[in-house]
Amino acid sequence: MDSGDAAWVLTSAALVLFMTPGLALFYGGMDRTRNVLNMLMMNFWCLLIIPIVWAVVGFSLAQSGDGAFLGNLDKTFLRGLGITGEDGGSALLTVIFLGMFAVITPALISGAVADRMKFSAWAIFAPVWLLLVFVPVFKWVYGGWIGDRGALDFAGGTAIHVNAGIAALAAVLVLGKRKGWPSQGHPPHSMPLVMLGTGILWFGWFGFNAGSALAANGQAVQAFMNTFLAAAAAGLSWGFVEKLRDGHFTNLGVASGIVAGLVAITPGAGFVAGMSPIWIGLATGVICSYAVALKTKAGYDDALDVVGVHFVGGLVGSLAVGLFADPEFFGGEFLAGAFFGGGFELLVEQFLGNGATIVYSFVVTTLIMLALKATIGVRVDEKVEDSGLDLAEHAETAYSSGSATLAGH
Amino acid sequence: MKLIIAFIKPFKLEEVRDSLKAVGVTGMSVSDISGFGRQRGQTEVYRGAEYEVEFVPKVRLEVILTDELAGPAVAAIESAAHTGEIGDGKIVVVAVEDVVRIRTGERGADAV
Repeated sequence: MDSGDAAWVLTSAALVLFMTPGLALFYGGMDRTRNVLNMLMMNFWCLLIIPIVWAVVGFSLAQSGDGAFLGNLDKTFLRGLGITGEDGGSALLTVIFLGMFAVITPALISGAVADRMKFSAWAIFAPVWLLLVFVPVFKWVYGGWIGDRGALDFAGGTAIHVNAGIAALAAVLVLGKRKGWPSQGHPPHSMPLVMLGTGILWFGWFGFNAGSALAANGQAVQAFMNTFLAAAAAGLSWGFVEKLRDGHFTNLGVASGIVAGLVAITPGAGFVAGMSPIWIGLATGVICSYAVALKTKAGYDDALDVVGVHFVGGLVGSLAVGLFADPEFFGGEFLAGAFFGGGFELLVEQFLGNGATIVYSFVVTTLIMLALKATIGVRVDEKVEDSGLDLAEHAETAYSSGSATLAGH
Repeated sequence: MKLIIAFIKPFKLEEVRDSLKAVGVTGMSVSDISGFGRQRGQTEVYRGAEYEVEFVPKVRLEVILTDELAGPAVAAIESAAHTGEIGDGKIVVVAVEDVVRIRTGERGADAV
């Protein structure tokens, strides 16, 4: 194992871990004061349960062996992943790095189910969804049939964002709308938290994308540059859509654009170059700024726009790879995009890979949610929804005067 | 002229606002407050220690209106804020001596 590579990938893994608390703040600020701690805990729950599930069985099923659809059980309980053998720990490093992605993927869904999902139901949903949906799709894309056909997904546009985004839609269709939605609107309670979360996400995303080169090399450098540019471009274009359409250049518009741009550049981060990330970012900011309005028209309550940002942004970015992929720049052996002399072969593969992911993720997520609904129930009582999930589910409040009496004193 | 002060459950604010507008009330002020009455406080737990928090979140609503509107407005708040649970809050009606609209200098009922 090259020490430079190891140093960069370990650093990147820590950057990706930091994205989950960043996502929690991004979502938490958009939530209401009485539900913000529940939102944070839904995300932190993924930081607790997923690493264990990943080490015990998740990684093995997601990466071990040559299966086109699923891995095998050879590496369960971290079997055979030593540091003294020939690989010097590089396989173990892969478990660490990919484990961070496993943590954040189910966490993405939490934004859609905000304000009304029972915490016990979420606690079961997250690891079950990881094993039944994330793990197989991850294998299809990285070392399975989708990747083998030639579809490209550098850091998880299809496997992570399209997958979690469509799962979010399936989840809210079973869960139902928040009380008072859409008439009450539910505006964000703390925009500064949203902006802080956005900054942390952007910072962490350099690990997510540039770390996915799995080496400290030129591809990592270009992925870093793409992550820099696409987020800026999408933040700009979303911000200007709002300025021209609604009259103001808003913090939430810019934050949403930055995140949408990061999502969109994820699948192409190591395959596109030059000005391509700027075009991808600009287009994504415009498309997603309109996509988030779909929920009110179609009537599904995706509370914090996981579908409009992650699903739509991921899909736009993944299809854009079919246009902008540039193997010549990278000296790599992958299909070229339509704008770089490759014809439409890659674009067709991108459609196919995403289409299969969408159908599978939607169907299986729906089944998981229906099973939870039929057993322990997925929704909190109406009274809990009224008074807030923080107190009812966690016995804590985010913003209190501090006036209290310790029981028994 | 009357001043109505109502202490209500926070999640009832939208319903109360809409019901007041429906009877012809054109303005109101609200503040986030904490308080307790007969309703027990809430229990919060931090690192295993239980805290009795007596002051729970409420919304305080203030409306200045004419004598004729006071009755319908009280009835509107009463029905919109009602859940039947302890902690639904209180409505207080106070007689008002004078009202001044600062911009125009209008006094009394004209300023309401």
